[in-house]
Amino acid sequence: MEYAIIVFGAIFVNNIVLNQFLGICPFLGVSNKVSTGIGMTGAVTFVMTIAAIVTYLIYKYVLLPLDITYLQTISYILVIAALVQMVEIILKKISPPLYQALGVYLPLITTNCAILGVALLVISNDFNLMESVVFAIANAIGFGLALIIFAGLREHMDLMDLPKGMKGVPAALVIAGLLSMAFMGFAGLV
Amino acid sequence: MSNMQNFSKGFFKENAVFVQLLGMCPTLGVTTTAFNGLGMGLATTFVLLMSNIVVSLIKSFIPDKVRIPAYIVVIASFVTIVDLVMAGYLPELHENLGLFIPLIVVNCLVLGRAEAFASKNGLIPSVFDGLGMGLGFSMALVMLGGIRELLGSLSVFGIQLIDMDGILLFILPPGAFIALGFLIAFINHLRKTT
Repeated sequence: MEYAIIVFGAIFVNNIVLNQFLGICPFLGVSNKVSTGIGMTGAVTFVMTIAAIVTYLIYKYVLLPLDITYLQTISYILVIAALVQMVEIILKKISPPLYQALGVYLPLITTNCAILGVALLVISNDFNLMESVVFAIANAIGFGLALIIFAGLREHMDLMDLPKGMKGVPAALVIAGLLSMAFMGFAGLV
Repeated sequence: MSNMQNFSKGFFKENAVFVQLLGMCPTLGVTTTAFNGLGMGLATTFVLLMSNIVVSLIKSFIPDKVRIPAYIVVIASFVTIVDLVMAGYLPELHENLGLFIPLIVVNCLVLGRAEAFASKNGLIPSVFDGLGMGLGFSMALVMLGGIRELLGSLSVFGIQLIDMDGILLFILPPGAFIALGFLIAFINHLRKTT
Protein backbone atom coordinates (compact mmCIF):
# COMPACT_ATOMS: atom_id res chain seq x y z
CA MET A 1 0.00 0.00 0.00
CA GLU A 2 2.82 2.35 0.89
CA TYR A 3 4.45 1.71 -2.48
CA ALA A 4 1.16 2.32 -4.25
CA ILE A 5 0.98 5.75 -2.62
CA ILE A 6 4.55 6.56 -3.66
CA VAL A 7 3.90 5.44 -7.24
CA PHE A 8 0.57 7.19 -7.67
CA GLY A 9 1.84 10.33 -5.95
CA ALA A 10 4.95 10.58 -8.10
CA ILE A 11 3.22 9.91 -11.42
CA PHE A 12 0.01 11.89 -11.07
CA VAL A 13 -0.26 14.08 -8.00
CA ASN A 14 3.24 15.55 -7.85
CA ASN A 15 4.19 15.00 -11.46
CA ILE A 16 7.87 15.78 -11.72
CA VAL A 17 7.55 17.95 -14.82
CA LEU A 18 4.14 19.55 -14.59
CA ASN A 19 4.04 20.09 -10.85
CA GLN A 20 7.64 20.25 -9.65
CA PHE A 21 9.22 21.86 -12.73
CA LEU A 22 12.13 19.43 -12.96
CA GLY A 23 13.41 18.34 -16.34
CA ILE A 24 11.82 21.21 -18.24
CA CYS A 25 14.72 21.46 -20.72
CA PRO A 26 14.22 18.01 -22.29
CA PHE A 27 10.46 18.46 -21.86
CA LEU A 28 10.56 21.47 -24.17
CA GLY A 29 13.58 20.39 -26.21
CA VAL A 30 12.87 16.86 -27.38
CA SER A 31 9.08 16.89 -27.44
CA ASN A 32 8.60 17.59 -31.13
CA LYS A 33 7.82 13.97 -31.95
CA VAL A 34 6.31 11.13 -29.96
CA SER A 35 9.09 8.74 -31.04
CA THR A 36 11.90 10.93 -29.66
CA GLY A 37 9.86 11.37 -26.50
CA ILE A 38 9.80 7.61 -26.01
CA GLY A 39 13.57 7.36 -26.56
CA MET A 40 14.25 10.09 -24.03
CA THR A 41 11.93 8.46 -21.50
CA GLY A 42 13.83 5.18 -21.83
CA ALA A 43 17.17 6.87 -21.24
CA VAL A 44 15.86 8.86 -18.27
CA THR A 45 14.27 5.80 -16.62
CA PHE A 46 17.54 3.90 -16.93
CA VAL A 47 19.80 6.63 -15.55
CA MET A 48 17.38 7.92 -12.92
CA THR A 49 16.94 4.50 -11.30
CA ILE A 50 20.65 3.70 -11.21
CA ALA A 51 21.48 7.23 -10.03
CA ALA A 52 18.96 7.02 -7.19
CA ILE A 53 20.45 3.72 -5.99
CA VAL A 54 24.07 4.86 -6.23
CA THR A 55 23.53 8.27 -4.63
CA TYR A 56 21.47 6.69 -1.86
CA LEU A 57 24.31 4.28 -1.05
CA ILE A 58 26.87 7.08 -1.17
CA TYR A 59 24.81 9.21 1.19
CA LYS A 60 24.16 6.37 3.61
CA TYR A 61 27.58 4.76 3.68
CA VAL A 62 30.03 7.55 2.83
CA LEU A 63 28.64 11.01 3.49
CA LEU A 64 26.74 10.26 6.71
CA PRO A 65 29.37 8.18 8.55
CA LEU A 66 32.11 10.69 7.69
CA ASP A 67 29.82 13.61 8.57
CA ILE A 68 30.46 15.42 5.29
CA THR A 69 26.87 15.82 4.07
CA TYR A 70 27.70 19.34 2.87
CA LEU A 71 29.50 17.65 -0.03
CA GLN A 72 26.16 16.21 -1.18
CA THR A 73 25.68 18.45 -4.22
CA ILE A 74 29.24 18.09 -5.49
CA SER A 75 29.45 14.33 -4.99
CA TYR A 76 26.02 13.69 -6.52
CA ILE A 77 26.64 15.65 -9.69
CA LEU A 78 30.02 13.96 -10.19
CA VAL A 79 28.49 10.54 -9.64
CA ILE A 80 25.72 11.29 -12.12
CA ALA A 81 28.15 12.61 -14.74
CA ALA A 82 30.37 9.55 -14.34
CA LEU A 83 27.36 7.26 -14.34
CA VAL A 84 26.04 8.64 -17.62
CA GLN A 85 29.44 8.08 -19.24
CA MET A 86 29.62 4.55 -17.86
CA VAL A 87 26.10 3.65 -18.94
CA GLU A 88 26.97 4.91 -22.40
CA ILE A 89 30.12 2.76 -22.62
CA ILE A 90 28.48 -0.36 -21.19
CA LEU A 91 25.42 -0.03 -23.38
CA LYS A 92 27.61 0.35 -26.45
CA LYS A 93 29.36 -2.96 -25.65
CA ILE A 94 26.45 -5.05 -24.38
CA SER A 95 23.47 -3.92 -26.41
CA PRO A 96 24.19 -1.99 -29.61
CA PRO A 97 20.50 -1.80 -30.61
CA LEU A 98 19.58 -0.21 -27.26
CA TYR A 99 22.56 2.11 -27.59
CA GLN A 100 21.36 3.08 -31.06
CA ALA A 101 17.97 3.93 -29.63
CA LEU A 102 19.09 5.83 -26.51
CA GLY A 103 22.58 6.98 -27.54
CA VAL A 104 21.86 10.54 -28.58
CA TYR A 105 19.85 11.25 -25.44
CA LEU A 106 22.40 10.02 -22.91
CA PRO A 107 24.84 12.98 -22.96
CA LEU A 108 21.90 15.36 -22.49
CA ILE A 109 20.95 13.65 -19.27
CA THR A 110 23.87 14.90 -17.17
CA THR A 111 22.35 18.36 -17.08
CA ASN A 112 18.79 17.09 -16.71
CA CYS A 113 17.81 18.48 -13.34
CA ALA A 114 15.21 15.73 -12.89
CA ILE A 115 17.99 13.20 -12.20
CA LEU A 116 19.75 15.28 -9.55
CA GLY A 117 16.38 16.45 -8.25
CA VAL A 118 15.13 12.90 -7.65
CA ALA A 119 18.44 11.95 -5.99
CA LEU A 120 18.04 14.89 -3.59
CA LEU A 121 14.32 14.26 -3.02
CA VAL A 122 15.03 10.66 -2.03
CA ILE A 123 17.21 11.93 0.83
CA SER A 124 14.87 14.71 1.93
CA ASN A 125 11.89 12.29 1.93
CA ASP A 126 13.86 9.86 4.10
CA PHE A 127 13.13 6.80 1.93
CA ASN A 128 14.80 3.43 2.37
CA LEU A 129 16.56 1.76 -0.55
CA MET A 130 13.53 -0.10 -1.91
CA GLU A 131 11.30 2.96 -1.64
CA SER A 132 13.99 5.00 -3.40
CA VAL A 133 14.03 2.60 -6.34
CA VAL A 134 10.23 2.63 -6.60
CA PHE A 135 10.20 6.42 -6.28
CA ALA A 136 12.81 6.83 -9.04
CA ILE A 137 11.01 4.50 -11.45
CA ALA A 138 7.64 6.14 -10.74
CA ASN A 139 9.11 9.59 -11.36
CA ALA A 140 10.64 8.40 -14.62
CA ILE A 141 7.23 7.08 -15.68
CA GLY A 142 5.66 10.41 -14.69
CA PHE A 143 8.28 12.23 -16.76
CA GLY A 144 7.60 9.92 -19.71
CA LEU A 145 3.85 10.29 -19.42
CA ALA A 146 4.02 14.09 -19.42
CA LEU A 147 6.59 14.13 -22.23
CA ILE A 148 4.67 11.76 -24.52
CA ILE A 149 1.27 13.45 -24.01
CA PHE A 150 2.95 16.80 -24.64
CA ALA A 151 4.73 15.53 -27.76
CA GLY A 152 1.42 14.25 -29.08
CA LEU A 153 -0.16 17.66 -28.55
CA ARG A 154 2.76 19.46 -30.15
CA GLU A 155 2.58 17.31 -33.29
CA HIS A 156 -0.88 18.73 -33.85
CA MET A 157 0.21 22.23 -32.93
CA ASP A 158 2.34 22.55 -36.07
CA LEU A 159 -0.82 22.77 -38.14
CA MET A 160 -2.43 25.51 -36.09
CA ASP A 161 -2.70 29.07 -37.26
CA LEU A 162 -1.09 31.23 -34.57
CA PRO A 163 -0.02 34.86 -34.23
CA LYS A 164 3.66 35.23 -35.17
CA GLY A 165 4.94 35.97 -31.66
CA MET A 166 3.14 32.96 -30.18
CA LYS A 167 4.61 30.43 -32.62
CA GLY A 168 6.90 27.76 -31.20
CA VAL A 169 7.91 27.93 -27.56
CA PRO A 170 5.29 30.39 -26.24
CA ALA A 171 2.42 28.30 -27.56
CA ALA A 172 4.13 25.15 -26.26
CA LEU A 173 4.36 26.72 -22.80
CA VAL A 174 0.68 27.63 -22.79
CA ILE A 175 -0.20 24.05 -23.80
CA ALA A 176 2.06 22.77 -21.00
CA GLY A 177 0.11 25.04 -18.66
CA LEU A 178 -3.19 23.50 -19.76
CA LEU A 179 -1.72 20.02 -19.36
CA SER A 180 -0.52 20.95 -15.89
CA MET A 181 -4.02 22.16 -15.09
CA ALA A 182 -5.39 18.79 -16.14
CA PHE A 183 -2.97 17.03 -13.81
CA MET A 184 -4.10 19.29 -10.97
CA GLY A 185 -7.32 17.28 -11.03
CA PHE A 186 -5.39 14.57 -9.16
CA ALA A 187 -4.44 16.95 -6.33
CA GLY A 188 -5.46 15.75 -2.90
CA LEU A 189 -5.87 12.11 -3.92
CA VAL A 190 -2.82 11.00 -1.96
CA MET B 1 33.18 43.09 -28.47
CA SER B 2 33.47 45.82 -25.84
CA ASN B 3 32.92 45.18 -22.15
CA MET B 4 29.76 47.22 -22.26
CA GLN B 5 28.33 44.99 -24.97
CA ASN B 6 29.39 41.88 -23.03
CA PHE B 7 27.46 43.24 -20.11
CA SER B 8 24.34 44.51 -21.85
CA LYS B 9 23.71 41.57 -24.20
CA GLY B 10 22.45 39.49 -21.28
CA PHE B 11 19.47 41.76 -20.71
CA PHE B 12 17.76 41.82 -24.05
CA LYS B 13 19.62 40.55 -27.09
CA GLU B 14 20.77 37.24 -25.58
CA ASN B 15 18.59 37.08 -22.50
CA ALA B 16 18.93 33.64 -20.95
CA VAL B 17 15.25 33.04 -20.34
CA PHE B 18 13.44 34.94 -23.09
CA VAL B 19 15.78 34.32 -25.99
CA GLN B 20 18.02 31.34 -25.21
CA LEU B 21 15.45 29.44 -23.13
CA LEU B 22 18.11 28.34 -20.63
CA GLY B 23 17.51 27.71 -16.96
CA MET B 24 13.80 27.07 -17.38
CA CYS B 25 13.40 24.86 -14.30
CA PRO B 26 14.19 27.53 -11.68
CA THR B 27 12.44 30.13 -13.84
CA LEU B 28 9.17 28.25 -13.60
CA GLY B 29 9.70 26.67 -10.22
CA VAL B 30 10.51 29.53 -7.86
CA THR B 31 8.73 32.53 -9.37
CA THR B 32 5.60 32.43 -7.22
CA THR B 33 6.55 35.90 -5.92
CA ALA B 34 8.84 38.65 -7.21
CA PHE B 35 11.00 38.35 -4.08
CA ASN B 36 11.64 34.64 -4.60
CA GLY B 37 12.52 35.39 -8.21
CA LEU B 38 14.98 38.04 -7.10
CA GLY B 39 16.59 35.73 -4.54
CA MET B 40 17.01 32.93 -7.06
CA GLY B 41 18.29 35.37 -9.70
CA LEU B 42 20.94 36.84 -7.41
CA ALA B 43 22.04 33.40 -6.16
CA THR B 44 22.47 32.28 -9.76
CA THR B 45 24.27 35.53 -10.64
CA PHE B 46 26.78 34.94 -7.84
CA VAL B 47 27.47 31.37 -8.97
CA LEU B 48 27.69 32.45 -12.61
CA LEU B 49 30.06 35.34 -11.87
CA MET B 50 32.37 33.27 -9.65
CA SER B 51 32.43 30.27 -11.98
CA ASN B 52 33.15 32.56 -14.95
CA ILE B 53 36.06 34.13 -13.03
CA VAL B 54 37.55 30.80 -11.94
CA VAL B 55 37.05 29.11 -15.30
CA SER B 56 38.63 32.00 -17.21
CA LEU B 57 41.63 31.90 -14.84
CA ILE B 58 42.24 28.15 -14.89
CA LYS B 59 41.24 27.45 -18.49
CA SER B 60 44.83 26.94 -19.67
CA PHE B 61 45.56 24.33 -16.97
CA ILE B 62 42.61 22.07 -17.72
CA PRO B 63 43.10 19.32 -20.31
CA ASP B 64 40.50 19.65 -23.01
CA LYS B 65 39.02 16.19 -22.46
CA VAL B 66 38.06 16.67 -18.81
CA ARG B 67 37.02 20.29 -19.04
CA ILE B 68 33.28 19.71 -18.52
CA PRO B 69 33.69 17.68 -15.28
CA ALA B 70 36.22 20.28 -14.10
CA TYR B 71 33.76 23.12 -14.76
CA ILE B 72 31.02 21.18 -12.97
CA VAL B 73 33.21 20.81 -9.85
CA VAL B 74 33.93 24.56 -9.87
CA ILE B 75 30.22 25.37 -10.23
CA ALA B 76 29.15 22.82 -7.61
CA SER B 77 31.62 24.31 -5.08
CA PHE B 78 30.10 27.77 -5.45
CA VAL B 79 26.58 26.36 -5.30
CA THR B 80 27.46 24.67 -2.00
CA ILE B 81 28.76 28.02 -0.69
CA VAL B 82 25.52 29.77 -1.69
CA ASP B 83 23.47 26.94 -0.19
CA LEU B 84 25.22 27.11 3.19
CA VAL B 85 25.36 30.91 3.38
CA MET B 86 21.69 31.24 2.47
CA ALA B 87 20.66 28.57 4.98
CA GLY B 88 22.57 30.50 7.64
CA TYR B 89 21.51 34.07 6.94
CA LEU B 90 18.27 33.88 4.92
CA PRO B 91 16.58 30.72 6.23
CA GLU B 92 13.13 31.79 5.05
CA LEU B 93 14.22 32.38 1.45
CA HIS B 94 16.24 29.14 1.60
CA GLU B 95 13.09 27.30 2.64
CA ASN B 96 11.06 28.84 -0.21
CA LEU B 97 13.62 28.08 -2.91
CA GLY B 98 14.24 24.62 -1.44
CA LEU B 99 15.38 22.05 -3.94
CA PHE B 100 16.19 24.65 -6.58
CA ILE B 101 19.27 25.93 -4.73
CA PRO B 102 21.33 22.74 -5.16
CA LEU B 103 19.85 22.48 -8.65
CA ILE B 104 21.72 25.64 -9.75
CA VAL B 105 24.49 23.11 -10.50
CA VAL B 106 22.53 21.75 -13.43
CA ASN B 107 21.26 25.14 -14.62
CA CYS B 108 22.34 25.00 -18.26
CA LEU B 109 22.93 28.77 -18.19
CA VAL B 110 25.89 28.50 -15.78
CA LEU B 111 27.61 25.61 -17.53
CA GLY B 112 26.72 27.14 -20.89
CA ARG B 113 28.53 30.42 -20.13
CA ALA B 114 31.55 28.57 -18.71
CA GLU B 115 31.83 26.49 -21.87
CA ALA B 116 30.81 29.07 -24.46
CA PHE B 117 32.38 32.24 -23.04
CA ALA B 118 34.69 31.97 -20.03
CA SER B 119 36.73 29.12 -21.51
CA LYS B 120 37.54 31.26 -24.56
CA ASN B 121 37.93 34.73 -23.04
CA GLY B 122 40.05 36.51 -20.46
CA LEU B 123 39.17 37.54 -16.94
CA ILE B 124 37.69 41.01 -17.53
CA PRO B 125 35.29 40.11 -20.37
CA SER B 126 34.21 37.02 -18.41
CA VAL B 127 33.35 39.15 -15.38
CA PHE B 128 31.18 41.43 -17.50
CA ASP B 129 29.60 38.50 -19.29
CA GLY B 130 28.80 36.71 -16.03
CA LEU B 131 27.35 39.82 -14.42
CA GLY B 132 25.27 40.76 -17.46
CA MET B 133 23.94 37.26 -18.07
CA GLY B 134 23.20 36.78 -14.36
CA LEU B 135 21.43 40.10 -13.93
CA GLY B 136 19.50 39.55 -17.17
CA PHE B 137 18.39 36.20 -15.77
CA SER B 138 17.41 37.90 -12.47
CA MET B 139 15.46 40.53 -14.41
CA ALA B 140 13.50 37.83 -16.22
CA LEU B 141 12.76 36.02 -12.95
CA VAL B 142 11.64 39.21 -11.21
CA MET B 143 9.40 40.08 -14.19
CA LEU B 144 7.76 36.65 -14.21
CA GLY B 145 7.54 36.55 -10.41
CA GLY B 146 6.07 40.06 -10.38
CA ILE B 147 3.42 39.21 -12.94
CA ARG B 148 2.44 36.00 -11.15
CA GLU B 149 2.36 37.70 -7.76
CA LEU B 150 0.35 40.65 -9.08
CA LEU B 151 -2.26 38.49 -10.83
CA GLY B 152 -2.27 35.73 -8.26
CA SER B 153 -2.46 37.66 -5.00
CA LEU B 154 -2.78 41.31 -6.09
CA SER B 155 0.46 42.29 -4.33
CA VAL B 156 3.94 43.48 -5.35
CA PHE B 157 7.03 42.36 -3.38
CA GLY B 158 4.75 41.24 -0.57
CA ILE B 159 2.86 44.56 -0.31
CA GLN B 160 -0.86 44.04 -0.73
CA LEU B 161 -2.28 46.50 -3.28
CA ILE B 162 -5.98 45.69 -3.14
CA ASP B 163 -7.55 43.72 -0.32
CA MET B 164 -9.12 41.04 -2.51
CA ASP B 165 -8.40 37.51 -3.68
CA GLY B 166 -6.40 37.29 -6.90
CA ILE B 167 -6.52 34.67 -9.62
CA LEU B 168 -5.17 31.75 -7.63
CA LEU B 169 -4.23 29.88 -10.81
CA PHE B 170 -1.20 32.12 -11.38
CA ILE B 171 0.37 31.07 -8.09
CA LEU B 172 -0.18 27.39 -8.90
CA PRO B 173 2.04 25.45 -11.34
CA PRO B 174 -0.15 25.90 -14.48
CA GLY B 175 0.07 29.68 -14.05
CA ALA B 176 3.86 29.52 -14.33
CA PHE B 177 3.70 27.91 -17.76
CA ILE B 178 0.95 30.17 -19.05
CA ALA B 179 2.44 33.43 -17.73
CA LEU B 180 5.89 32.59 -19.14
CA GLY B 181 4.34 31.61 -22.47
CA PHE B 182 2.62 34.96 -22.87
CA LEU B 183 5.66 36.86 -21.56
CA ILE B 184 7.93 35.23 -24.17
CA ALA B 185 5.32 35.86 -26.87
CA PHE B 186 5.28 39.55 -25.88
CA ILE B 187 9.10 39.78 -25.93
CA ASN B 188 9.14 38.02 -29.33
CA HIS B 189 6.68 40.59 -30.60
CA LEU B 190 8.86 43.45 -29.32
CA ARG B 191 11.98 41.93 -30.88
CA LYS B 192 10.32 41.60 -34.25
CA THR B 193 8.94 45.11 -34.35
CA THR B 194 12.07 46.93 -33.13
